[in-house]
Amino acid sequence: MTRFIITRIIQGLVVLLAIYALTFVLVALTPGSPFSTERAIRPEILAQIEAFYGYDRPPLERFWTSLTNALQGEFGPSAVYANRSVTDIIGEAFPVSLMLGSISLIVALGIGIPAGIVAAVKRNTWLDYLPMSASMVGICLPTFVLGPILVLIFGIGLQILPVSGWGAPEFIILPAATLGLFYAAYFARLTRGGMLEMLNQDFVRTAQAKGVPQTTIVWKHCLKGGLIPAITFLGPALAGIIAGSFVVETIFQIPGLGQWFVKGALNRDDFLILGLTVLFAALIVMMNLLVDIIQVALNPRLKYEK
Amino acid sequence: MQSAASNPFRILIASLMLCLSLAACGERQRETDTAAQEGILLVGNGSEPKSIDPHLVTGVPENKIIQALIEGLIAYHPDDDTKPAPGVAESWEHNDDYTVWTFKLRDNAKWTNGDPVVAGDFVYSWQRILTPALGAEYAETLYVIENALAFHQGQIKDFSQVGVKALDDHTLEVRLKGPTPHFLLMLKHYSFYPVNRKVVEEFGGMADRQSGWSTVENYVGNGPFKIKEWNTNDFLEVERNPDYWDADKVALNGIRFFPIENLNTEFTAFQGGRLHVTNNTIPADRIPRLREENSEALRIDPYLGTYFYRLNVTRKPFDDPRVREALSLAIDRNLIVERVSQGGQTPATGFVPDGIPGYATADAVSYDPKRAKQLLAEAGYADGKGFPKAEILINTSENHRKIAEAIQAMWREKLGIDVGIFNQEWKVYLDSQSSLNYDISRSGWIADYVHPMTFLEIFTAGNGNNDTGWENAEYDGLIRQAQTARSEEARTNLMQQAEAILIKELPVVPIYWYTSPRLIDPRVKGWKPKLIDNRPYKYLSIASN
Repeated sequence: MTRFIITRIIQGLVVLLAIYALTFVLVALTPGSPFSTERAIRPEILAQIEAFYGYDRPPLERFWTSLTNALQGEFGPSAVYANRSVTDIIGEAFPVSLMLGSISLIVALGIGIPAGIVAAVKRNTWLDYLPMSASMVGICLPTFVLGPILVLIFGIGLQILPVSGWGAPEFIILPAATLGLFYAAYFARLTRGGMLEMLNQDFVRTAQAKGVPQTTIVWKHCLKGGLIPAITFLGPALAGIIAGSFVVETIFQIPGLGQWFVKGALNRDDFLILGLTVLFAALIVMMNLLVDIIQVALNPRLKYEK
Repeated sequence: MQSAASNPFRILIASLMLCLSLAACGERQRETDTAAQEGILLVGNGSEPKSIDPHLVTGVPENKIIQALIEGLIAYHPDDDTKPAPGVAESWEHNDDYTVWTFKLRDNAKWTNGDPVVAGDFVYSWQRILTPALGAEYAETLYVIENALAFHQGQIKDFSQVGVKALDDHTLEVRLKGPTPHFLLMLKHYSFYPVNRKVVEEFGGMADRQSGWSTVENYVGNGPFKIKEWNTNDFLEVERNPDYWDADKVALNGIRFFPIENLNTEFTAFQGGRLHVTNNTIPADRIPRLREENSEALRIDPYLGTYFYRLNVTRKPFDDPRVREALSLAIDRNLIVERVSQGGQTPATGFVPDGIPGYATADAVSYDPKRAKQLLAEAGYADGKGFPKAEILINTSENHRKIAEAIQAMWREKLGIDVGIFNQEWKVYLDSQSSLNYDISRSGWIADYVHPMTFLEIFTAGNGNNDTGWENAEYDGLIRQAQTARSEEARTNLMQQAEAILIKELPVVPIYWYTSPRLIDPRVKGWKPKLIDNRPYKYLSIASN
């Protein structure tokens, strides 16, 4: 197990380095600069600004400086937002995204997994059809449709929840629901599939024949194995929920990482793009590693295969 | 195992209970009501401010915040953008040819750190923005001052040779490089605003772009408000500055600026009671419904700007003035304004928008498909035959696309030519436009100050904003003469001649003149229609119900 983890960490670092290099090249090749504005800047002023941020250096040198700085945890200043460093920006926005992400994940798991279990156990009854149809709708409805619908109902129609913003607990409900329901739909379907597979196993039939109560079969014998598909999806879902919620953040005006992602790209804010990409990549790598470890713990068969 | 598995159920039950309890609480108090009672104005402000240092910013959202925090020599007039209002300067005079200006500074103007605002602060500030190493994008606006250009480009190292001098603590003398009667209007721009020497020097000095002076903790201003809180991407709040010289006139206790970029989110925020005023536009498709409902919140003010298409005259067939005129004549601008943009815009009849006092608007751009067809035939493309493949470049936006599609259809129908539409994301689009890598490019230009010159000077040869490849010696000569004309009358006359050339040659096809449609809470008082959207916040107030 230790060896497995160490290998995976080293692999992860190589992946991160490759992503860093690739992002740097892509950003450098993209037309447009962080300093281009609608009103033309005189060439001599532009030269001064570029010199300040080191853009007058050859690309290889810039890559090396930026990489060595990044290794020390310093991604440089934002080229667009004065006196804010990329580290400051991440430090400010990450907790917001983490908060929104965790609550959305609780919503997703809290609704998705019980719904999936119930649907599998009571298959082909209304307790199966109803949540599964709902989840189909959930998967098909993108967040940019679901979000405004929820706002319309709860914010403008009933006026019981704020339409956007951040700060107090009530501000989290609608965005977390928008983000969470989307993933809940996935978790419900994955859990149902996993549970059905388990419930069809021979040992379940044996247990039933021996008169073991249904609840014991579900909770004790099937749940562990039935959750594996859902847990596999947990890795990308976690990373996506935490870092990739920019649609929801835009709809609800939430000061999280997602907004910076879009702003960074649109502003050509090189250092910010690099910093955020690495952060997001590191999150995915970490979450996948975590999920792998959980899977091995849940499924002893995997231990022998590795 | 049992307890772990029942956890999700508990959370589900808990969240259901939360929903029920919320429903039981009933309607929530709207932020706009609470804020109105506290005398705080909630405004939508477009994008997140890039900085609040007046010498480093270039954008409109930043401008709106800086207006609250810093006051220049001249302030914005409450209802007339063509007039100066006293700011730090209580009076001023100029010599006969408008080249030497003397400002008398009031002696009760104070910085938020307690220092008096003195003439030396302006000398220091203008030296700062002109210091080459600072790399201030808007330093160019100060080139009107004698030797400012030479200092900024490094030919002069000694700032005392630049035409600004503190005669004493309360007298500032400014020498300009040529007669400039509208200098007072220019002074309203934030690039001329003062910064506090002490705090700038303390946090990195004059030439430091990453100076820490403009953070919430360190900020020193002299405006009617001072900064209170800044939560990135959430809001920036300013509160009343009790030490401001005219504090008695300030009615609001504070302003909260919300950086909401998405127009639909902002619209919903207004409906949902989070904003008193939206930023300078609302989604076009909402306007007809609002008009139908006779919404008292809808306000459509003029906005001094032109929406137009640039034609790349270095490419065929746009090098032929007949083709350019044909394209312009085939656009039914009334239809675009009424059916597509829908925000009460005015169909353009010239390049300089209507409404500038003393300047007769050109009436030369019109809709005449017959003549357009004829001109195109004269240029060798009868019924559009043989017209080269061309594309309209737009920056990614639903509204620009709709307008481009309408024009595409008009050209197809009236001229028989087929143009494509090509969208690029903002920064790429700017790049393509400035490197003349386009056929036809959607553009807009908003006035910096109320004067036709801000529209006309951009099409002189070598101007960084020309971006059409068009050059005309006669036009350049007229603009140069106008810039140094001794009377406003002569200047107007010269500018009108120049505009006539521009419209005859049409390197740019004017489409409409902007308006700023917005939603505004009826409780907000003192919000007057203005040509450029600059609000001196000290004249605004909000009724508590």
